[in-house]
Amino acid sequence: MRLETRKLLDKAFSGFGLIAIVIMALALVFILAPIVSRGSKAFVFKGTIEHRRVMLELFDRGNVDKFHKERDEVGKAREPIYAMMAEFEAKTLELETSIETTLDEIKNEDRNLRKEVSRLKKVTPRDDVLIAELEARREQFKTREAELKAQRSELDDTRSAPYEELKDTVEELFGPIPGDKTPVLVRQRYGQTRWDRSLIKLHELLYTEEWDYSSPDGIGVKVETPRSELFAGTCLEPLFSYTEENIPQMMRPRTTFYWQFITDVSKGDNFFGGIWPAVLGTIYLTLGSMIFAIPMGVIAAIYLCEYAKEGRVISFLRVCISTLAGVPSIVFGLFGLAFFLNTIHVSSSKSVLAGSLTLSLLILPTIIRSAEEAILAVPRSYKEAAFGLGAGRWRTVLTVILPAALPGILTGVVISMGRAAGETAPIIFTAAVSVGLPLKIWETMTEPTPALPWNIYNLCTEHEAVDEIRHVQYGMVLTLVAIVLILNLFAIFMRARISKKLRG
Amino acid sequence: MSEEITLRKFDQFAEHSSSGEPSEIHIEAKDFSLFYGDFEAVRKVSLKIPRRMVTAMIGPSGCGKSTLLRSINRMNDLIPSTHAKGEMVFDGHNIYDRNIDVVTLRSRVGMVFQKPNVFPKSIFDNVAYGPRLQGITNKQQLSEIVETSLRQAAIWNEVKDRLSSNALGMSGGQQQRLCIARALAIKPEILLMDEPTSALDPKATAKIEDLIGELRENYTIIIVTHNMQQAARVSDLTAFMYEGVLVEFGKTKQLFTNPKNIQTENYITGRFG
Repeated sequence: MRLETRKLLDKAFSGFGLIAIVIMALALVFILAPIVSRGSKAFVFKGTIEHRRVMLELFDRGNVDKFHKERDEVGKAREPIYAMMAEFEAKTLELETSIETTLDEIKNEDRNLRKEVSRLKKVTPRDDVLIAELEARREQFKTREAELKAQRSELDDTRSAPYEELKDTVEELFGPIPGDKTPVLVRQRYGQTRWDRSLIKLHELLYTEEWDYSSPDGIGVKVETPRSELFAGTCLEPLFSYTEENIPQMMRPRTTFYWQFITDVSKGDNFFGGIWPAVLGTIYLTLGSMIFAIPMGVIAAIYLCEYAKEGRVISFLRVCISTLAGVPSIVFGLFGLAFFLNTIHVSSSKSVLAGSLTLSLLILPTIIRSAEEAILAVPRSYKEAAFGLGAGRWRTVLTVILPAALPGILTGVVISMGRAAGETAPIIFTAAVSVGLPLKIWETMTEPTPALPWNIYNLCTEHEAVDEIRHVQYGMVLTLVAIVLILNLFAIFMRARISKKLRG
Repeated sequence: MSEEITLRKFDQFAEHSSSGEPSEIHIEAKDFSLFYGDFEAVRKVSLKIPRRMVTAMIGPSGCGKSTLLRSINRMNDLIPSTHAKGEMVFDGHNIYDRNIDVVTLRSRVGMVFQKPNVFPKSIFDNVAYGPRLQGITNKQQLSEIVETSLRQAAIWNEVKDRLSSNALGMSGGQQQRLCIARALAIKPEILLMDEPTSALDPKATAKIEDLIGELRENYTIIIVTHNMQQAARVSDLTAFMYEGVLVEFGKTKQLFTNPKNIQTENYITGRFG
């Protein structure tokens, strides 16, 4: 090969390598940047008075006097809204009652007339002229009744129904209306805790939303109409402009650092509070799987490297291990359900124990493989030296080979730890539930737990209000990524320390 | 089954100090052969190695001298598919007997390898490794053994201030002497050296050779070397091997000045090998 060609090839090679690395780095940035920027909103955001109310009432956190002062001020700002609503309600009620009374009157008179008519019909000679006159009057009543009924339903359509909708939105925004009884669901007891969500709710309050499907393309078009149009001319008309102008006074947004997001339990189906049960569940599952997988994996690797005689059985075993590493994780999940729960009954229902066992099977091949590589990479001379000094096989493994292989083994352990922390499929059937309290350590033997990967999936797909708890979802993702990252950093640190100790 | 034979160890340092019978046989190979699979690396070697002398083994590469050396403490067991024929008698037992406890054998036959193979541990832990294996845990006793061994290996003065630092931080020559100290710490009777200076520079080599000269007082030393000057310098007896066969074995001076065999003569005069 000519020198120029060789040089060119060299350059091309390093160029491709560089491009690959740059693409990887960019991908990492593109993945991590949104996770960090959105996930951090679970920790730092503009919290409204409702957030402080939640903190005080559900977590007993915050200054009571300050909160009461603020609550009173906010109450004053919200007062006109509730007053307007009460007035509107009263007006509607009045209109309804007047219609109802008129209807009752008409019905009464109609009944009287009917009786009169039937009486007259029996009297001989019949006064046909009078009967006809009375019948005509009854006809009039009927038309009148129909008119009134139409009025009533119109009242329903134009006043009551839109009002109920408005009331729901107001309750979602500000919490239950003062004087109403406390809702059963925790999530309905408080208004919007976050300023960004408040503004979205405000928009919903100001505009109604309808979908227009008249387009022949079949694509629905969202049509928004100002809600104030619906209440034009009523006492509620000023409510909208008032709310729009005074929303900051009514919600009191303030930059909030909610670092307890990680350590708080979740309240009201993840609408309020933090993600501690899921974090703790993830920690339990990860550590649990490590407790089973590390000893098994390392001992298996030692056996394969140091004790086993090369032969068909061992080759077959190795093939099995490699295959096991490629089995889809959902298969492990189903296996865990079928074996640990349904066959040997490690617990009566899903439990952290069953999940840990399943996860440990999942990561076992990785640990065996990496430990094997690490053990094989220990210089033969170490082994010779130990044997030459009269150490037995076991002593050699324990005092010379394992310490020297430790950095490699650790790398494998950490890679699998990250995998165990983030794996969803194996725990769906064996350990994870969507809502739960943080477990005590002894409860892990029998109880299921929320866990970050499963809860991320669950909250993103199966939650009743997926769109309203985006911050929780991203917060969970950020926390999971951070946990894995911290584990990796810890491992790199440990590895560096041990390697340095080994190198001298 | 007969019971397991343990080559019991007894402290012989006192005995070493008095000059024993030079002709006393310490280890003897009787028609000893060693196979790697089907390949016969050592062919029916018969050899008597006397106590407290330095025996050198020379010969061209692949002649089986290292294999023979490693057979003396059964280090070849580490290589799969090796097997031995004939006898290697040590302390009245054939060490290839099935019932021999290899661990006690190796604690009586120490070995120093071609490349310095210190453990990635502190200097102290390296030397104390053997004694610890034998169950010595007393700190005082251990540090005495470590100091004695390091003094014997003529490295004490260089490392006494940094016993707790990692052994891999030392120079190659120091590491090799540490390996010798480590082998001495288990108080062996025989010291096997497999080309101990081939990875070292001349200065370090000279130090190791001086050390061998000192150690011959107390130990039976068997050294494999490619360097014929070295064999001539350090050994009392020399064995010349060629293609697995022991060609000639005799007093070093006689073998180098007046070889009986023509092959030996050709080799030491540099005509082949």
